[in-house]
Amino acid sequence: MNRELYPFPGGLQIPPHKELSNAKTSLITPLPDSIILPLQQHIGTPAVPLVKTGDKVLKGQIIARADGYVSVPVHASTSGKIIDIGNYTVPDPLGLKAPCIVIEPDGDDVWFEIKPTHDYASIDPKDLQDVIREAGIVGLGGAGFPAHVKLREGTESAVDTLIINAVECEPFISCDDRLIREKPGYIVNGTRMIRHAIQAKYCVIALEADMPEAYAALKELIDDDIDLIQLPVKYPQGGERQLIKVLTGMEVPSGGLPIHMGIVMHNAATAAAAYRAVIRGEPLISRYVTVSGEVNDPRNLQVLLGTPVKHCADQCGYEDKEGQAIILGGPMMGMYVNNMHMPVIKTTNCVLVTSTYNKSPEMPCIRCGQCVDVCPEKLLPQQLFWHAHAKNYDRLREYHLFDCIECGCCSFVCPSNIRLVQYYRKAKRQITQDEQTRSGADHARERFIARNARLAREEQTQNNELLAGSDIGELDKQAFIQAAVERTRAKRAQLGKQENSDDDQE
Amino acid sequence: MMTRNETVIISSPHLHAVTSINHVMTRVIYALIPGILLSAWFFGSGVLIQSLLAVLFALCAEALMLYLREKPLRLFLFDGSAVVTALLFALCLSPYTPVWVNFTGICFAIIVAKHLYGGIGYNMFNPAMAGYVFVLLCFPVNMTTWPLPAGITDQQATLLQILSIIFTGPSSLENFDSLSGATTLGWTKSQLSGMFMITEIRNSPLFGSFAGKGTEWIAVAWLCGGIWLLIQRIIKWEMPVFFIGTVFLISLLFYWYDSSIYLSPVLTLFTGGIMLATFFIITDPVTASATPRGRIIYVIGIGLLTYIIRTWSAYPDGVAFAVLLMNAVVPLVDNYTRPRVFGEIKHG
Ligand code: SF4
Ligand code: SF4
Repeated sequence: MNRELYPFPGGLQIPPHKELSNAKTSLITPLPDSIILPLQQHIGTPAVPLVKTGDKVLKGQIIARADGYVSVPVHASTSGKIIDIGNYTVPDPLGLKAPCIVIEPDGDDVWFEIKPTHDYASIDPKDLQDVIREAGIVGLGGAGFPAHVKLREGTESAVDTLIINAVECEPFISCDDRLIREKPGYIVNGTRMIRHAIQAKYCVIALEADMPEAYAALKELIDDDIDLIQLPVKYPQGGERQLIKVLTGMEVPSGGLPIHMGIVMHNAATAAAAYRAVIRGEPLISRYVTVSGEVNDPRNLQVLLGTPVKHCADQCGYEDKEGQAIILGGPMMGMYVNNMHMPVIKTTNCVLVTSTYNKSPEMPCIRCGQCVDVCPEKLLPQQLFWHAHAKNYDRLREYHLFDCIECGCCSFVCPSNIRLVQYYRKAKRQITQDEQTRSGADHARERFIARNARLAREEQTQNNELLAGSDIGELDKQAFIQAAVERTRAKRAQLGKQENSDDDQE
Repeated sequence: MMTRNETVIISSPHLHAVTSINHVMTRVIYALIPGILLSAWFFGSGVLIQSLLAVLFALCAEALMLYLREKPLRLFLFDGSAVVTALLFALCLSPYTPVWVNFTGICFAIIVAKHLYGGIGYNMFNPAMAGYVFVLLCFPVNMTTWPLPAGITDQQATLLQILSIIFTGPSSLENFDSLSGATTLGWTKSQLSGMFMITEIRNSPLFGSFAGKGTEWIAVAWLCGGIWLLIQRIIKWEMPVFFIGTVFLISLLFYWYDSSIYLSPVLTLFTGGIMLATFFIITDPVTASATPRGRIIYVIGIGLLTYIIRTWSAYPDGVAFAVLLMNAVVPLVDNYTRPRVFGEIKHG
């Protein structure tokens, strides 16, 4: 179908390097020696463990429950024994450790009892959200925002357009491409299901022109109900605000949300996972991951969540060489990590091994304006840099620092090699922290006490409920409380550490 | 795992375009070369000598300042910016300029205009123009006598004569007057004040086929170099186009009004420093406005001021003054031309 497109401002043409990995069928990764499942793999509150060391768990069983509304549970990715609940290295730019549940697989891969639903249309949209939430589904494209929150927003207000984002604009990454080619039915039916859940009038699946096979695969399955749109390749077209602009011509107001304009956007992989969760009753326990760059056999893998990154890289002929950097995610927005012990989590879309990362020294800004030309948010990256450097936080707000999507276009083109995005991240963190401090110590203490009381209450009731009607077995109240204390401590330690490593940087 | 520096946090993006300050400056230097060679063809080897001297002085002054400011020498000295400043400065000078004038200008450009303002990226005024205006004000006589372009006289200064003029001053040469004269613009100016009409002035041998003798072809060389820079995406098209457009329109306006005393647009564009300025001077990013709309205002300002100074002041050419004047208002322009952010709703 022909649809008018509205190019977004700025952006870049970057060599895509997708051909390295997108032609090969994905491989099912063999079971690793241990599965490490962080309690937080999403944006929001970390999940709370429901198991203790020594427990036997089955594949797909909930091992940590959601805590609060913006939170999702964690499921065991395979059957086995819980060997530890403690702090392990997680995917984090600062190399932090965070609470994880570690499973030693028994090799049998036995499923927990699952409840397939054969017809999603028979389910009330509101209940559908709960199913999706219980399946632990979060946005698989990047940030990992719990999917049910967006769905609920969708059911509460009138939705005009549902956009399924299959634009994989970052170089090297081809996991969505592979997923679509191998399981187009999941994507199309998932799209229809989400549409049913939020009652959207129009529905669009958007992908870039460099995915012709995926396009053809989808084309075969859709009728007139869904618009399938191919977009010219341009980075960062997969950004939410950018894609909305391209497809509708509308700009999401600075600080606003797409839902206010009647638009809901989900990633293609998220739609597939949601469909699988409803129709087959299988929670989110695996995902497609691209392993690419300087490995002998770059390709896509189907990976159980919690599998160590090293194990994935080994499947693709990874050899440790001097001068290589490991990046989780794409080269433009991914995070550099200095080891491979951390697990693949819900948001890990790519493991990139590269030695051509930017190593040149930073020079002073020459005001060339290249960064201004490529900024998709039409910011003035160079002015932002100037004010971030001078720690002039009021001016940073005035220059819309918080509209920056950290796409990295500005840093990419800067002839002076300034790590612009790094300055913005730091300034954003600083401003957020300052605000929290400013809100007053007394107020904070009050809230802290109230929160503790509430948590204790919640945990109590939850325990009682679970003890009453669950087949998970005897639950240790002490372990719960211990975990809560641990969590608070870890969070505090994390904050402290973050500050420290910020200082190291200077 | 290999040993990686644990304290360094490498921040995304990890990819970088093939570009650096050095990459940009090298391309600017390449684009200047045809014009420099053509200038040497028309005005003698003095052009090359001035350029070499300026580059030498500039690198020395740069090294000294980097040393004093405790900056990494290798990194900054070879970023190419000092060489570009030196070449642009040298190209404004008469090939007969004494060595001490060249030296003074470069020192002012590099030490005062560049490093005392904080070095590359921080300088408010275009260093080459600041250096040029400084020597123009200090040594006015030395700046206005140019060699006659090739094709006007058979009497060309020999290399030895040129060296002696540069290193000991013009007074050392008896026949200096026969080897030198005013520039096309300077001559036009003096003739106009002598109540001559443009049509009469146009008949002077100082004029070539469509503008100044020799200088018209040099201007064409700058134009070609500039177009190459545009193709290489080193400079942005908006700046040259709006600048040339401004000068063209305003000269056309006055030319229509009275063609006997105002130069035609083509003559205006192809004489003096306009073409060099269009692609190499006003496009200097450091001293130009940083916002898209600001850059346009900036170049229009330079265009208008250049024409005004050229036409109604005592100076035959006005580009350098115009650039410096507009440099001074850049912070103001930047502040008022902040673009609308994506999704931002403008009030009022
Ligand atoms: S691209 Fe780099 S050097 Fe150019 S204006 Fe932006 S920050 Fe400055
Ligand atoms: S990282 Fe931020 S400032 Fe830089 S181009 Fe992207 S949105 Fe603009």
